Order: sequence, then structure tokens, then C-alpha cells
Amino acid sequence: MLHALANPSVLLAAEEGGGGVEFPPINLIVKWPHAFGEGQWYGFNKIALISLIAMIVPVLLFWLAGRKASLVPKGVQNVMESSIDFVEQQVVLPAIGPDGMRYLPMLISMFFFIWIGNLFEVIPTAHMPANARMANPLMLAIVAWVMFIGVGLKHHKLGYLKEALFPPGVPKALYILVTPIEFLSTFLIRPFSLAVRLFANMLAGHILLVTFSVLTITLVGASLLVIVGGLSFAMLVAFTGFEFMVAFLQAFIFSLLTAVYIGGALHPAH
Amino acid sequence: MSALTNAAVDILAQAEGLGADDAKAVAGAQGAGMAYGLAAIGPGIGIGYLVGQAVQAMARQPESAGQVQTTMFLGIAFTEALALIGFVVFILLKFV
Repeated sequence: MLHALANPSVLLAAEEGGGGVEFPPINLIVKWPHAFGEGQWYGFNKIALISLIAMIVPVLLFWLAGRKASLVPKGVQNVMESSIDFVEQQVVLPAIGPDGMRYLPMLISMFFFIWIGNLFEVIPTAHMPANARMANPLMLAIVAWVMFIGVGLKHHKLGYLKEALFPPGVPKALYILVTPIEFLSTFLIRPFSLAVRLFANMLAGHILLVTFSVLTITLVGASLLVIVGGLSFAMLVAFTGFEFMVAFLQAFIFSLLTAVYIGGALHPAH
Repeated sequence: MSALTNAAVDILAQAEGLGADDAKAVAGAQGAGMAYGLAAIGPGIGIGYLVGQAVQAMARQPESAGQVQTTMFLGIAFTEALALIGFVVFILLKFV
């Protein structure tokens, strides 16, 4: 880096095609042309298509599972019932408790929408996670934000705001310090970090896969570097598996955190 | 960019005979790499410590592994947010 600082033309020479890897600009890998309605509110591009699929697929799966529901589940019904069981056991019960079961439908829709949107990161010919554009995570975070404030206001009226901004057991003088911090962390940083966590994870994964793809193509094209290109391809395969896991983990963490925030609003005592 | 960085960019540009835009891009790229590298240190240590403790807890009490795992993922999510904000800063510095 010091060398580059002393002589920036080295960096620029590599950028101008002097044998360096030509990494595509960021707009090329996250921006998609519109199928129709360019610049209008009904503009429809790849992200919108993936979001639409992510919305329709869970509905279809649950409809198939519930169409001929039998006492002994098998096939699709078995898979969907175990997914409900998973969200119930891993998200709702630890984070909210037994009285949180009424939020299960919302959390499970959230989980499936995020998971299927994320899965398109590793599905061939799509290779674009819907949540790598800020609009999707932001919308979901706003839903979670409205949800937990709404739950707090509904169950504790204005007492919720008092509990959230003036936590009990703190010396009176410290409220000058505690209240602004609590306001920032609960009402501003929570939705922001919720959205940024999902967005940055998916974008980072997408850029990682693009980097190794570009590297593999460049190295295989270069005559002597085919062997190194094989290593790069192995990394690409490994990271595809890793991103397959991340897609699930981020959907799980997003719904878990939403459940934790709802639980905090429902039982503010702890 | 701050005034100090601007001055540094100007000096660099004059010394190398580069355009101000080129020198700015170089400075931006270096700042971006530095920002992400520094932002990754803390969360790296934090997540390592967190998962280590969680593994210890699970080894001591295998019957509470499920609960420990859920809490571990929550802790990772909160710790990781800092590194991810660093990554977003990287994107902003490098590409915007």
C-alpha cells in the first residue's frame, strides 16, 4: 500500500487494462434494466420479479400443504408443518413466549419472503438476491418497526413509551443521559440496523461471488494461470455453499430479532 | 472528504502529474480499504469470544444447547452489525 501511495500511477495502469482483473462497476452487478415502466412507480425489473416469486412461492406451498390436510402429514404438508414447527420452537417461544403464538403467521411470512428472496443469490440464471437492494430490507424493517411499537402501544398504552424511554430502577439524575440513548437505540438504531444487517450481508455475499466468478474467468482465459483458476473456481463453489447457508441464517436472524423486539414491547419488565 | 484529505490529494496530484479526480479515486480506494479493515477488527474479536463461550456452555450443558444457540445467534447479529456498517462505508467510499 505504501508503494502504491508513493506511485499511484501503478494502480491506475492496472485499472486501464494493463493486465489487471477488470472488475465490473458496482452499478453493473446490482442495477437491472426495467422490463417495462422505466422510471414510473410500476417499474418492473429483475428485483421486482424475484420479490414477486418470493411472495407467491410460500403462498403456493402452504396452499398445496393445506389443500388435502391429513392427520398423518406426508409430502408437502410434512415439509411445511416442520417449517412452522421450526419457527415456533426456535423463534416465537424463546423470544416472546407462549402468548406470542398470535404473531406466528406474520413471522413465518417474513421468514419465507426473506429466505426465498435470498435463495436467488445461488440459483443459477438468477444470481441476484432480492435483498441486496436497500428497498426490500428497508420495507421489511419498517414493517417490524411499526409492528413492535404498535404491539407496545396496544398492550400498555402510553405506558410503553414511559417504560421504553425511562427504564425503571435508574437513579433520577441519570435520565438526562439514559433517555436520549434509549430513544436513539430503540426507535432509530433498531430499524436501521435491522435493514442494514440484511442488506449488507446479501450485498457482501453477492459481491464475493461476483469477485470469484470474474477472477475464475480471467485466470482461465490467461494461458499459464489455468491451474490457479482451478483454485479460484474451488473457492467459488465453496462460497456458493456458504451463501446458501447465509441465505437461511439471515432470514432466521431477521425474524428472530423481530420476535425479540415484539417480545420486548409485550413484556417490557425484562 | 475533510480539508486535510483534500490538501493531501492536491499535493499528491501535483507531485505525480495526475488529474485531481484520479488522485481522489486513489485516496478514496485507500480510505475505503482502511475503513473496512479497521471496522472488522472489533467484531472479529467479539464474535470469536462470543462463539467460544457459547461452545463452552454447550459442552458443559448439552441439554441447554438449543437455548444457548438461539442466544448466540442473537449476539452474533448484534456484534456483526458494526462490521456490516463498516462494509457499507466501504461501498460508499469506493463506489459513490
